[in-house]
Amino acid sequence: MSWTTVADLLGLLSLLGGAMLCFAAGVGVVRFPDLLTRMHAGTKPQVLGLLLVLLGVWLRTRSGMDGLVLLLVGFFQLVTIPAGAHMVGRAGFRTGQVRPADIHPGRRERVDPSGEEAGPPPDDGARTPDG
Amino acid sequence: MTLETVETVLAWMIGGLIALAALLTLTRITIGPSVLDRVVASDTLVSIVVSALGAHIALTGAASTLPLLISLSLVGFLGSVAVARFVARDRDPEPPR
Repeated sequence: MSWTTVADLLGLLSLLGGAMLCFAAGVGVVRFPDLLTRMHAGTKPQVLGLLLVLLGVWLRTRSGMDGLVLLLVGFFQLVTIPAGAHMVGRAGFRTGQVRPADIHPGRRERVDPSGEEAGPPPDDGARTPDG
Repeated sequence: MTLETVETVLAWMIGGLIALAALLTLTRITIGPSVLDRVVASDTLVSIVVSALGAHIALTGAASTLPLLISLSLVGFLGSVAVARFVARDRDPEPPR
């Protein structure tokens, strides 16, 4: 078993890992209940899955120029994805699709087992976000 | 079990998983109640397409798809930024029960 065979197999395995992450993202995007959790699921193939796929491509093509191009692809993806995700999250927050209790854990409303609300949590100085 | 069989089985698994992922993401684009859900799903779909192109390069050795990968990874986020910039407070109406 030469090292080229090993590299081919390793490339296939990392491709399989990337494909599994894509599938996990698909399931998560369909099954999760609100915007933030769907964003969380949807970023799986955007970073780790894509890097695994690029690693697999490089392990199977094994050429220096292609490796450079693949590095460039990974770099661009890592630079641009957070910008888009930031804008989407901010738009969701401003249009009221994200409850403030989801992102300020100290302000989470508690419901006690008798079914009555325990009242508003104490004000810990966190400011209410402007709409 | 020869090496070629292993490679074929793995290639079919990779293709099937990516196709299933794209179908599920399309489902969310179709039903997602708000515009932002659809934007998140289409972002995910872009990276699934990039992964599929990468898998195509790796399985067939056709390196002529590489510029496509670069351009998709560069401009794939522009759509979501544009929609998120101008999104209004809109949701699909609740279906009648």
